[in-house]
Amino acid sequence: MFAFIVRRMFQSVIVLLVVGLVAFSMFRFVGDPIDNMLGQERTQADIDRLRTELGLDQPFPVQYFKFLQGAVQGNFGVSYRQGRPVSTIIAERAPATLELAFVSGFLAITLGIALGVFTAIRRQGVAANIIMTVSLIGVSLPTFLIGILLIYIFSVELDLLPSFGRGETVMIGNWSTGFLTASGLKALILPAITLGLYQMTLIMRLVRSEMLEVMRADYVRFARARGLSDRVINFRHALKNTLVPVITITGLQLGSIIAFAIITETVFQWPGVGLLFINAIQFVDIPVMAAYLMLISVMFVTINLIVDLLYYAIDPRLRVDARAT
Amino acid sequence: MSLLTINDLTVEFPTRRQLFTAVDHVDLSVEPGEIHGLVGESGAGKSTIGAAIMGLLDRPGRIASGIIRLRGDQISGLDADAMRGLRGKKISMIFQDPLTSLNPLFTVREQLTETIQAHLGGSEVEVNARARDLIDRVGIPDPDTRLDQYPHQFSGGMRQRVVIALALCTEPDVIIADEPTTALDVSVQAQILDLIKGLAQERQVGVILITHDMGVIADTTDKVTVMYAGKVVETGPTAQVMGQPHHEYTKSLIAAVPRPTLKLHRFPQISYGGRETRFAIDDMARHWPKVENDTSKPVFEIRNLTKKFLQRRGLLPWDRTYFTAVDDVSFDIRAGEVFGVVGESGSGKSTIARMIAGLYPVDGGTITFEGQVVSDLTNRAALDAYRKNIQMIFQDPFSSLNPRMRVDDIVAEPIRHHKLMGGADIKRRVDELLDQVGLGSGAGMKYPHEFSGGQRQRISIARALATQPRFLICDEPTSALDVSIQAQILNILKDLQEHLGLTLLFISHDLPVVRQMCDRVAVMKQGKVVELQNTDDLFANPQTDYARELLRLMPRLDDLSTEGLGAEA
Repeated sequence: MFAFIVRRMFQSVIVLLVVGLVAFSMFRFVGDPIDNMLGQERTQADIDRLRTELGLDQPFPVQYFKFLQGAVQGNFGVSYRQGRPVSTIIAERAPATLELAFVSGFLAITLGIALGVFTAIRRQGVAANIIMTVSLIGVSLPTFLIGILLIYIFSVELDLLPSFGRGETVMIGNWSTGFLTASGLKALILPAITLGLYQMTLIMRLVRSEMLEVMRADYVRFARARGLSDRVINFRHALKNTLVPVITITGLQLGSIIAFAIITETVFQWPGVGLLFINAIQFVDIPVMAAYLMLISVMFVTINLIVDLLYYAIDPRLRVDARAT
Repeated sequence: MSLLTINDLTVEFPTRRQLFTAVDHVDLSVEPGEIHGLVGESGAGKSTIGAAIMGLLDRPGRIASGIIRLRGDQISGLDADAMRGLRGKKISMIFQDPLTSLNPLFTVREQLTETIQAHLGGSEVEVNARARDLIDRVGIPDPDTRLDQYPHQFSGGMRQRVVIALALCTEPDVIIADEPTTALDVSVQAQILDLIKGLAQERQVGVILITHDMGVIADTTDKVTVMYAGKVVETGPTAQVMGQPHHEYTKSLIAAVPRPTLKLHRFPQISYGGRETRFAIDDMARHWPKVENDTSKPVFEIRNLTKKFLQRRGLLPWDRTYFTAVDDVSFDIRAGEVFGVVGESGSGKSTIARMIAGLYPVDGGTITFEGQVVSDLTNRAALDAYRKNIQMIFQDPFSSLNPRMRVDDIVAEPIRHHKLMGGADIKRRVDELLDQVGLGSGAGMKYPHEFSGGQRQRISIARALATQPRFLICDEPTSALDVSIQAQILNILKDLQEHLGLTLLFISHDLPVVRQMCDRVAVMKQGKVVELQNTDDLFANPQTDYARELLRLMPRLDDLSTEGLGAEA
């Protein structure tokens, strides 16, 4: 177990290094940050001076190496646009994105599993068929369109919910939360649904098909032959066996909830790291982009590690040194 | 009064095109303490009767007529809740495959206690005490530790004991055992059958034992009912039905059972129902390249062959553990013979076959084919030339044919791969082959799922013969087949050896089949060859304790009628 975690950590470091390398090799094509930073009345001397100051005259492996040097010490540089340390900016923005991701991930998992089980058990039922049909819309519509549709219905026509922003937030230490005010909670509803809908339908369809598979397994037939009740069979025997493949996909999806938050945050002008990233690209704010990409890869790697550890918790067959005797 | 009676039971499966009658006006009765065998080939409706008693018929199946009574009370047609109260409480079931019938994610204790709780209730202490008692009673040593283990920590035989413990949870009156030992080794099979026999006697449980294995029927049951195509063809005390069968079908079924005691030249084929399919060996022999087998020299010389599998991955080399599947094995296979390898599951039989076929790299030792070392071939051309001469027939005819490929493509694939002929010639050759194995040349246009198990195994044989090989590896070629189909396939393999001069490596766990097929036999145990003998000598006079033990556990078929065998012995 310990060896496994150490091995995964080692792999994670390699993943992060590669992500950083790819990112840095791309930054040259995003544009020249100097263009945006200096005004119209710039001289060649200004440009050269700033370029040397920022280290942009050096080849990208050197820039990358310097970035790494700073990053291991927790220093991600200073934003070109805002002139403040990147770590501070991200720390300000992260709570918004994480709260949004948490709520939509929670919605996606709970509703996805519940509806998946329901549609599997009532396979022939009318309600199940309606849910399945509607879910097709969830998978096929792009996120930004769903967001715009929701804004049109609930903000423009019905005027029930705000169409942008986080509403009022409360600071708890360094963490700004929208959970504690009515307007914060109301502002969360539309973006959370927009972000989570696709993941929810995906999880639902996955749970359904896995569940149908498991219901045909011999141990479910044997459980039935032992006279166990339907509830025990469906929710104890079948559901737990369904979870192993579901966890794999769900883990990856949670990662992409945070990554895809970019689109949702743009549509709802949600002040999170996704919106920060979009703005950084427009301004060629290299330190912010680099830090954001690293942050996302750390999250993916961590979630995958947690998923692998969950396998051990759920499936005893994976726990080592337990051979048949 | 009988414990369980079935009167005039008919089970129908309405399908879109027609009504399929799976069970057709069947009568059956079981007394307390009786083991009642239900025997027949696949599709005969045996398991459907079991499912009908349990009220677990798969949709859209339904009981069309007839009454099932338990101790005189009608149980057919009860509503779902009442039926659930009976299931596991009054009637229990044991399934075929102990590997899949236990939920892998729950401990044995959890699965036992939930069942006891569902039917009997009681305090946690009582329920746990009862679970421990059950595990103890089915002969699982060290119950306190074992209760908290997961199914994968048990061997196949131990798992089937857990399944039986689950079936006994609430002292049922009737146990339906559906092929309870088919997936088990012969030594484990004997233990499980003894356990079932003991339970029936001690506790006066009525047991319905569903099986296709005549050996199990002859050894275990008190009465037997023979089924064919949903109908009962014969019923009576086991000794009488097995010894003096009346019905033609029973006679032909019994005649097709391979005997350990007398060697036959050919298997009698089941003639009932006109299902015999011709195999055109003469036709095939005319087109086959004539090779004189030099019987003095071995085709294969296998020396110190070893294969290890990584059992536990480790970051560091000394953290890794290996499982030695084949351990320093040496033998020769002579030209034109049928060389048998027998052993229990995990003994390394199939691993040897796969190394010979070049599917696994060897970890030590050499394989020499006709004077050339082939175990370390890396040259593509030389490897292809070798593989053209070696073909394999696998155990499971359902998974060894690609379901998305048409049969003619399946058979043509080896020809195309080895570039033996082109275009129109391939088509003619494939049609010939399919015709010769008795499928008719029209079979090429169909897909594998349109064929039965026996027909699929014929497709496998056609595919194996497509490159005109010199050597066939048969890995349990008939263990997934009914006894009548087994007889047909074994006859085909015998023909190939006799008329085409092929050499066969025949792997099996079934000793009577080995007796009929093989010239020499290697007995394997835990990766080693413990005994290598001429077949007749092995059966008459085994030299090692392990071989003696295997032979002792083999079901005795002395009581079976010998009518229609045309025995040579």
